[in-house]
Amino acid sequence: MSIFLDKNTKVIVQGITGSEGSYHTSRMLEYGTKIVGGVTPGKGGQKTEHGLPVFNTVRDAVDATGATHTCIFVPPPFAGDALFEAHDAGITFAVCITEGIPVHDVLRVVATTPGMRIIGPNCPGLISPGKSLIGIMPGHVFKEGSVGLVSRSGTLTYEVVDLLTRAGYGQSTCVGIGGDPIIGTTFVDCLREFANDPQTEALVLCGEIGGSDEEDAAAFIREHMAEMPIVAFIGGRNAPPGKSLGHAGAIISGAFGTAQSKIAAFEAAGVPVADRPSAIPGLLAQRVPAAV
Amino acid sequence: MEYQGKELFRRAGIPVPRGYHAAAPARAAELATPDIPEWVVKAQVLMGGRGKAGKVKFAKSPDDVASVAEEIMATPMPPNRQNPKGEHVNSVLVEEKLPITKEAYCAIAIDRTTKRPVIMVSRFGGMDIEEVSEKHPESIAKFFVDTAIGYSPFIGRELAFQAELDPGYRKAFPAIVGGMYELFFRYGAKLIEINPLALTNDGRVMASDAKVELDDDALYKNPEFKEWQETLPLDEDEELAAQAGLGTRNFRRFDGNVGTIANGAGLAMATMDAVRNAGGNFANFLDVGGGANAERVRNCYELVVNHTGAKVMFINIFGGITRCDEVAKGIVEALNTTKSRKVPLVIRLTGTNEEQGRKILADAKMTPVETMDEGAARAAELAA
Repeated sequence: MSIFLDKNTKVIVQGITGSEGSYHTSRMLEYGTKIVGGVTPGKGGQKTEHGLPVFNTVRDAVDATGATHTCIFVPPPFAGDALFEAHDAGITFAVCITEGIPVHDVLRVVATTPGMRIIGPNCPGLISPGKSLIGIMPGHVFKEGSVGLVSRSGTLTYEVVDLLTRAGYGQSTCVGIGGDPIIGTTFVDCLREFANDPQTEALVLCGEIGGSDEEDAAAFIREHMAEMPIVAFIGGRNAPPGKSLGHAGAIISGAFGTAQSKIAAFEAAGVPVADRPSAIPGLLAQRVPAAV
Repeated sequence: MEYQGKELFRRAGIPVPRGYHAAAPARAAELATPDIPEWVVKAQVLMGGRGKAGKVKFAKSPDDVASVAEEIMATPMPPNRQNPKGEHVNSVLVEEKLPITKEAYCAIAIDRTTKRPVIMVSRFGGMDIEEVSEKHPESIAKFFVDTAIGYSPFIGRELAFQAELDPGYRKAFPAIVGGMYELFFRYGAKLIEINPLALTNDGRVMASDAKVELDDDALYKNPEFKEWQETLPLDEDEELAAQAGLGTRNFRRFDGNVGTIANGAGLAMATMDAVRNAGGNFANFLDVGGGANAERVRNCYELVVNHTGAKVMFINIFGGITRCDEVAKGIVEALNTTKSRKVPLVIRLTGTNEEQGRKILADAKMTPVETMDEGAARAAELAA
């Protein structure tokens, strides 16, 4: 088992004929993801360079392929609409890679698409190593195993995963939830799933400054997941208040969202917080042995 | 700026004081009509703290308006923590002075946790909302709006009672919040704020100040605002980032002497943290972005050495989508072609095409370190 996707998950790509969509479709296919087609309005009936069928609408794609998951590479002005279309066609899981979608579009989509889980927007996607990958993560860094990972950032995730893999900790599912202020799936949403996943024996959470998602996660862990070995890391400990560093969400305003508040919340929930990524495997080893 | 926010408020029917915007003191006096006994002249700037800086002044005649406007525009806003450069005053807003008896606070923003617009109201107007939330957190009444339903006047009524606003506000308040919500929704704003929302001694409720924060990502929907946003001065760091071909949020300077370049915002922040962990002081935050090529790497190198106090540069790349060989080429080319000063480099290069990248560096007589911690320690040591 894993969360959110496995080797049989059928995936379509919205924006499959664009340069990003096409390139990452190749990478996902190489990894073994079951991509069954794509959508580009006006190009229905054609085949992609990968030999996949292109459909005009998500509904056509779902009817013909039985896909349940979508990966969205549509430009920002049209990405909100692409999410609504996916929901209307019965898609239950959408990974939105697009960066720079108007925040009100995101608000409307997350409020009115019940039954469809959205990862992102502005995220690297997710992977269940050895099974399937949806998004733009570099598959070769990951290794199948029993540690789940949730992260707000991309390259930092790869860094942490690399450290885990080298220390003998493979991964069950790794989710990059994105660094924007409004995202479809939060830490807590992922925790709920991991809590019920038999493959996942331990968790690593990579948060960063800004917002209160990490504090909410700490509260959830204290209440519902006290048994699971969990280690956290918070990026941006030395960032000054009032300035956003790269991620739109990584901004400290007032007393909210500081690294100190997040670290204190995790520690109160019995979750050790690594002071640097390289300390994560060591903290994990205190609770679960590595499978070398 | 305030005058632009007030223009939007007028469109939505939110009452604002009579007044006009002027870019020259003479023009300000010309527009001052005799039917108003006292005026307030306010600097139009983006920085906060105008009152304390003496940039809000009163005037009793058109001549008075001219001399006060001249005085306000003569000197820039003094620097503060948010804006260490200060800000030029290019125009003023001249308004009727309101006989204010009470000041309240009202804003609509986006709440991350509930993923809904939140309307916030407090009876403590006229002071910074962060100060209010520190000193009187219980005074802030909130309502989280279901975007599918939108705003209805009961929300404003309920908030006025909950926040214990003066009864004088009650009649006008629901419609004012309605106007704010209309603007928020219509223009896809990130924040609409009235602070203070004034109650006058003749029973009027008016937006004495106006703040509208638009979403850069939504500007294409409202081209009329492009001009507004373009007139917003970038701060120096943002300008330097834009010149180097980076996003405006990808570069920030600090006081230290260890320059940093990393790919991805999360890794770039972790790199700063690593330098600090190793006892060093970082000179900057720099996210080189995805798919960095040789030219981009050189621009970033020059940006950091020319504009920070970096004595050493720590380049920390984890190749995912970004390929290590491309970055290595960029580093070698940057050093060979740059006319900027040269500082010792500490390079950490891992991930996609790592072997090819290391070979390129080795041919140029450079040896990368193995880990982020090792690189940070080496860089801190070299800078000490």
